[in-house]
Parts: sequence; C-alpha cells; structure tokens
Amino acid sequence: MNFEWGVFWEYLFRPSSVYLHGLWLTLSISVISQGFGTLLGLFIALARISKHHVLQVPARIFVWGFRGTPLLVQIVFIYTGLAAANIFRFEDINLGFAVLPGNMQAGILALTLNEAAYMAEIIRAGINSVAIGQTEASKSLGMTYGLYMRRIILPQAARVVVPPLGNEFNSMLKNTTLLSVIGVPELLLATQMVTSVTFRVFELYMVVACYYLTLTTLWGFVQQRLETRFGDPATAASRKLGQKGYRRLFGFGQIGEPR
Amino acid sequence: MSDDPAAEPVIVTARGVEKHFGDLQVLKGIDLTVRKGEVVVIVGASGSGKTTFIRCINHLERIQKGRIEVNGHLIGYRERNGQLVEDSERNIARQRCEIGMVFQLFNLFPHLTALENIIEAPIHVRKIPREEALRTGRALLARVGLAEKEDTYPTQLSGGQQQRVAIARALAMRPALMLFDEPTSALDPEMIGEVLDVMKELAREGMTMIVVSHEMGFAREVANRVIMMHGGRIIEDAPPEQFFTAPAHERTAAFLSRVISRKE
Ligand SMILES: Nc1ncnc2c1ncn2[C@@H]1O[C@H](COP(=O)(O)OP(=O)(O)OP(=O)(O)O)[C@@H](O)[C@H]1O
Ligand SMILES: [Mg+2]
Repeated sequence: MNFEWGVFWEYLFRPSSVYLHGLWLTLSISVISQGFGTLLGLFIALARISKHHVLQVPARIFVWGFRGTPLLVQIVFIYTGLAAANIFRFEDINLGFAVLPGNMQAGILALTLNEAAYMAEIIRAGINSVAIGQTEASKSLGMTYGLYMRRIILPQAARVVVPPLGNEFNSMLKNTTLLSVIGVPELLLATQMVTSVTFRVFELYMVVACYYLTLTTLWGFVQQRLETRFGDPATAASRKLGQKGYRRLFGFGQIGEPR
Repeated sequence: MSDDPAAEPVIVTARGVEKHFGDLQVLKGIDLTVRKGEVVVIVGASGSGKTTFIRCINHLERIQKGRIEVNGHLIGYRERNGQLVEDSERNIARQRCEIGMVFQLFNLFPHLTALENIIEAPIHVRKIPREEALRTGRALLARVGLAEKEDTYPTQLSGGQQQRVAIARALAMRPALMLFDEPTSALDPEMIGEVLDVMKELAREGMTMIVVSHEMGFAREVANRVIMMHGGRIIEDAPPEQFFTAPAHERTAAFLSRVISRKE
C-alpha cells in the first residue's frame, strides 16, 4: 500500500492555508445557511399552518419543490441555470472587509432555501405537538397571535424541534461539499486543489474525512447541550448526561431523516 | 351582593345566541343575563352545549346569530351597517382580558413555573411592571394555598394544585367575570374539595361567575341561580332551592334524579 503517514500527519495537524480557508468556509457557510434556513423555515411553517390559503398554498409548493428535488440540482440551477437563462447573475459583492463571491452567495442561497423546506416541516410538527389547550388558555388571557406564539407555543415546540435541528446541522456540515461543483473552495474543493499539486490523494482525503468527523463530533456535544437546555425544564435538573453523550457520539438512537 | 340583586349592574347579556358546527346546530337561541356578583351554575346532559356556550362568551367560538355582551361590550363582533362582523384580533384580545377562564384540563403552561404562569399575561398583556406582577402573583398563590409552590413546574403539581394555579392565573388579569368549564371533573375525588373551596371563597368575595359543573353540593351552597341546558336551549333557570326541590321542567327532574343517584 502506498500510504505516507508523514503526509497524513503533516496535513492533519499543520494544514496549509488553502485547507484552513476551506474549513472556515465550510463552517461559516453551514452556520449562515442553517441560521437563515431555520428562520425562513419558521415563517414557512407558520404560513403552512395558517388558515389563509394565500399563505398556505405557496408554503406547500415551496416545501414540495425543495424537498422533492436534489440539493445538487438546486445549487447548479440557482447559480449556473439562472445565469445561463439570463434571469439572474450572482455578482461579487464587496462587503468592505471582504468580498463575497457570486458563487458563494448562490451556494448559501441554495442551502438556505433547501434547509428552510426541511426546517418548515420540522417546525410545523413541533408546533402541532403543542396541545390546542395552550393556545386557548393564551387567548383567554388576552394574548394575541404574535405574543402567544413567541412566549407560549414556540418555546414548547422547541423541545420537539431541537433534536432534529441538530441532525439537520450535522447534514448541513456535510452538504456544503456540494458547493464544490460551483467552485466554492470549501473543504472538499480545497482538498482537491491540494491533491492536484501534491498527488497525495489517499492521505489527503483521509485528512478531510477526519476534519468532517471532528466537526460533526464537536457539534454532537453542542447538540446535547442544546437538547438539555430546551428539554423539559422540570426534568432538566435531574437528567443524567454522561450516557447520552456516548450514544450521540456513536450515533445510536439517531432519528435523523436520510436525504 | 346587595339585598336587591336586580339593582346590581349587568355583567353578561346573551341574546338569541345560535351556534353551528357545520350542519350541527349546537346552540339554538340562548338568552341569559348575569348581574354583578352572581354565581350561575350550568348543568345539563353531555352534548347539550354547555361548554360551547361558555366558550362563546369569550369568543373562543364564533356565533352565527344573536349577540353576547360583557360589561356592556359586544364580544367578538362589531356593528357595521347594521351587520355584525368579526372584530379585530386586538379588540377581541382586549375584551378577553375582562373574562377569566378555567378549563377542565387546567391548560397551565408547562414550560413556566407556577408563579411564571400567573405573571405571564399581566406583564406581557396588561404591561404591569414585573415587580408589581410578582407581588400580586405571590399574593394570589397564597390565596389559593400554594405559596410554597411558586417555583414548581405544573407537571410536578397534583391535579388539584394545577387547577388552583390556573384559577390564580385567570384572577391575575383582574377579570370582571370568571368562566369555569367543569373545573373539577378531571380531578381525583380527594382533590375536588380544595378546588371548590377556592371557588366558594371567590364567590363570597363577590366575583361574578358562570360555572359549568355537576357538583350539586356546590350549586346548592354557592349558586344564585342554576341553569339546565338541553339540546342547545336553556330549559330551566331558577334559584337552587327551587331548582333542586321543585323543577318546572320534567327533564330537569329526570336529570337530577340521574345525577344524584349516580353520586350516591
Ligand atoms: N369543535 C367542534 N366541532 C364539531 N362539533 C363540536 C365541536 N365542539 C363540540 N361539538 C359538538 O357540539 C355538541 C355540544 O358540545 P359541548 O361540548 O358544548 O357539550 P357539553 O354540554 O359541554 O357536553 P359535556 O358534558 O360532555 O362536556 C356536541 O354534540 C359536540 O359533539
Ligand atoms: Mg363540556
């Protein structure tokens, strides 16, 4: 076997700047897309359960479209397709401290929209899991929609939403690799660029796998914290943690939805 | 209440209230007047429309005909060119502040402690300063006998305790009227008394109350009037002495014998 441990360790612990930049992009694109995707998903979920057809129908179509087509197709469509049809071309934007390239904007947009469709369904299930009596009690106390959603319903829905949200972010970290096809130099494309110079393909893909594994593992610990934070406040205090972290790390009892 | 109940101001007026669920007509013209300080107990067979009626009083249900006024305000609707149209959410919410409601299944907010349940609406709806809301909230908890439970979450309270917190939560809005929908029917028998005691105390202090309940002892002791509903109508409306001893309607007599034989 042709495997050079030296190269492996070298890149694992003293990565080149291309690599670090790729890692940074992967992480920041994931966080931004998950953040916006969750926010947009919340509004789509609210539209989806509203009694007004003008809100409900577009929300349904959005979810149907983005869950029914491959993410890779959405990415290429938004960046390359729209430009080729002369509908919209993503231009680089100068933010002052940095330039946000067009392909990155398109990539973030695609990931956000796709994520919003999935989050909308997760949040809708969360809201539906809250008993109708909670809304009625809120109304009887003079609360209006915005107030009881924010203070009463969504905090309770969060208990149901946070575990799958964590799994969504885990997928998001890995899905950013798809942006390599439109030339965003995230971790995977960064690796490809390095391998094309060094020809150490095996070692470097091992390194990139280790990076992703580190990211998703670290996230697993954060997720566990979040679940405790948003879990049942009455039992939060009496909860045992150790066992659960072990299970999360090795993926037992995951209920994530495969893409 | 003063000696002459008819001199007290009117709190609730319902006139010709009709309610349909699709093709099913559940209320077929309800007329009711409740004066300040009165305690009205509503009884009736399952499905007679008791819950639906009191839910109409705070507009948790729309009505198709008639009108309901609380404290002189038309509830849920607004008059426009002689027609009633549904009022804005904000106005409906404002009207509901005047009307406390206690549910069969308590409906406490499980993510909030007992005290937080009570101060939530005063702070965020009434815009009362937090300190003041906390003070009144603690006083209310003490009044329902749960002073030491302020930091407890609803799931850690017994049914009777939860219902008492729910009553305190409704009272914290300083309502002019309290609605109770079978407040004790989900409770274990040994907890019914503690909730009824709180309600009796409230009645003695002069709260105007409409109570759907089959607790005949409570009705006899506390009610000013007992109302029998049947098939979406009020078929009997009498002071308890008369209601229990000499009901005018044969269905009331039949209902009473059924309920009383079931209890004993
Ligand atoms: N949301 C609804 N949709 C359709 N029908 C309903 C709805 N709520 C109540 N009903 C029907 O209206 C009728 C009256 O119901 P309601 O709950 O007011 O009766 P009730 O007198 O409170 O009975 P119970 O003693 O069982 O509580 C019943 O036939 C019931 O099935
Ligand atoms: Mg009922």
